[in-house]
Amino acid sequence: MSGTHAHTAAFVRTSEIPPSLPPQNEGGVGRWMRENLFSGPINSILTLIALFFVIRLLIFVVPWIYSGVWTADSLSGCRAVLEGARGACFSVLTDRWHQLLFGSAYPHDATFLSFMTGVPVEDLRFTSGVRENTNFFQEFFFGYWRPVLAFILLFVAIAPILYQDLPRKMMIFTGLYPFVAFWFVWGGSIWLPITLLIGLGLAYMLYSNLAKQSFFMGVLAFLGVVIILFLNPITMVFGLLDFLRDLIAAMGWERGDNSMMLADRFQGAASIFPLNAHVVEFLSSIIPIELQSVASRDIGGFMLNMILGTVCVSLSLPLGIALALGRQSNLPVIKWVCVVFIEFIRGVPLITLLFVANVVLAYFLPPGTNFDLILRVIIMITLFAAAYIAEVIRGGLAALPRGQYEAADSLGLDYAQSMRLIILPQALKISIPGIVNVAVGLFKDTTLVSIISMYDLIGLIRGPVLASTDWNGVYWELFSFAALLFFVICYGISQYSQWLERKLQTGHR
Amino acid sequence: MNQPAQMTISNEVAIEIDTMNKWYGTFHVLRDIDLTVYRGERIVICGPSGSGKSTLIRCINALEEHQAGRITVDGTVLSSDLKNIDKIRSEVGMVFQHFNLFPHLTILENCTLAPIWVRKTPRKEAEETAMHFLEKVKIPEQADKYPGQLSGGQQQRVAIARSLCMRPRIMLFDEPTSALDPEMISEVLDTMIELAEEGMTMLCVTHEMGFARKVANRVIFMDAGQIVEQNEPEEFFNNPKSDRTKLFLSQILGH
Repeated sequence: MSGTHAHTAAFVRTSEIPPSLPPQNEGGVGRWMRENLFSGPINSILTLIALFFVIRLLIFVVPWIYSGVWTADSLSGCRAVLEGARGACFSVLTDRWHQLLFGSAYPHDATFLSFMTGVPVEDLRFTSGVRENTNFFQEFFFGYWRPVLAFILLFVAIAPILYQDLPRKMMIFTGLYPFVAFWFVWGGSIWLPITLLIGLGLAYMLYSNLAKQSFFMGVLAFLGVVIILFLNPITMVFGLLDFLRDLIAAMGWERGDNSMMLADRFQGAASIFPLNAHVVEFLSSIIPIELQSVASRDIGGFMLNMILGTVCVSLSLPLGIALALGRQSNLPVIKWVCVVFIEFIRGVPLITLLFVANVVLAYFLPPGTNFDLILRVIIMITLFAAAYIAEVIRGGLAALPRGQYEAADSLGLDYAQSMRLIILPQALKISIPGIVNVAVGLFKDTTLVSIISMYDLIGLIRGPVLASTDWNGVYWELFSFAALLFFVICYGISQYSQWLERKLQTGHR
Repeated sequence: MNQPAQMTISNEVAIEIDTMNKWYGTFHVLRDIDLTVYRGERIVICGPSGSGKSTLIRCINALEEHQAGRITVDGTVLSSDLKNIDKIRSEVGMVFQHFNLFPHLTILENCTLAPIWVRKTPRKEAEETAMHFLEKVKIPEQADKYPGQLSGGQQQRVAIARSLCMRPRIMLFDEPTSALDPEMISEVLDTMIELAEEGMTMLCVTHEMGFARKVANRVIFMDAGQIVEQNEPEEFFNNPKSDRTKLFLSQILGH
């Protein structure tokens, strides 16, 4: 210490210290490597070991990919080309891509392909992978325009949900998209999706009118119309009666009279009730606009994974929110229904639920009801994911300070308003990483349907493709292709969620 | 009562609390509370921590439920009917110790949310009202920022403006300055004083005795869930009657 004021405590600043720039970072690759790779002896050793393995892996994989064969027509063809050298047999992809993407039996639209390419239909003979006189892109975009267009439109439909800055009017298309995509993928008369849409519109109008008087009545009316539209209520009731009667008979309480099942007896009356079928038939006879109809069992490949993934994620999110709020409810009945549901579903493997959907449900459904297998699987996966999402959101709700609830209450907002405007936007924001985790997991879990003999991407690879004499034994190429497809989608979802988290960051809290 | 001329108190009853009791489990937090608040009155409630003063004002807008007794706000008896509670809450503004602004909404949106959704005010009109009150609390320039970007004092003034946008007839303040840095307390108190001068009915839980002296026309001292003493501020501070009050005052005015 030196200076005249060394032992006085008093001090008065007479001039401001001007702000200055922070010390300059010494940039460059050298510095980065020193800090991140070679910051100490242990790190240096680890870096070298890691480098060794990465290089070994690349030496192994890169030539394998590079010398891959794309044009052979079977595994033995590949081997013939390679002449004993190491190399991938990607020919299986060029030969079977349409099967891997859309399923074995998904119809190919030769008429449209011929129309777009100018090649007469009879010249479009099927060879390996693509038809004669066409190329892959023509085949993909024109031959399979229905699922491809549905896939492209999916991005248009979800864009306004993912990006709030887009015009809100785009949400109209989002609302229509499920019907459009359904028609493209499943085909059939255009009047089916249109009448369902109108029916739902009517149900909603009925609901919004009745809900003014009584919310409960409104919901009841809405559900009523939906059931009449989509299911076959009378056959279902009688089918259930038949089932109960059989059950009683089986227990030996009463001799079952199986001369005629009730459901059969009322089939005539029942079929009047789902007016929709008749309306569709009538309208189609006047204005027949239809695509070739595709049965659910013919839908497969990666398309099936995409359908299950998108439908189940978009359904399980609202259901999960409802379950999470229900679990917080002050009404014991609602609370316990939600708790039991969530805990039960979380305690059961998804595979078990899928078996239930596949086998067990059929016993409970009345004879003659045609309850689509894809629909059954969608219901089960949705319930499964909803239970997980509910728990993730419950975490988000619990993380909000009580003061937020109190502030919303003290302003006179009712329950629905305070949830929608105050609580959920914040709770969902906190829950984004967890929800995305569940969504990505769900998307990958859709491959489990291969266990109940549905031909999704994995089911197809393990079944028709690997079982064929041509491609028996091509494991790496097929499963790498599957991995790549899933990775692209899952990585995309993950990147979006990180972008969203950054965007929703409003100051520190 | 000797009141400053501009502060008029009517004979109209704003809040009437009649032998109200509340328990947390087996713990008796509020015991036989009787309190009548006239329109235009400014009441300061003080007392040691845990004396039930916050609980008392939170019972008035049903953030806490009382188990016995009767609370009448603006002529409406508080019952468990949700419609009734929402009606009372929209007439009674509340300001919290920790502000409780909505962090995902801008300042302007914080202020317009309740008028738009509860009062069904058109957005444009709600925004004009919000700007009017933001000017009143002297932060109109912050309207497009988020709460996280404001200082504590500014946030609390926004919270006051947010309540005022509902045009409440009664304002409740729950320790509005306790979470603030000393240099921000006065900006919030100034806003509250201005509000008092306009004749707002105010119930204020606070330890700001200067504010109590200046603005209150009645000071209530609570201890162990009971109203121990209430009086005009001059009498209360200069001539406390109960020993408990004397002890409390000596503790908080000691330094």
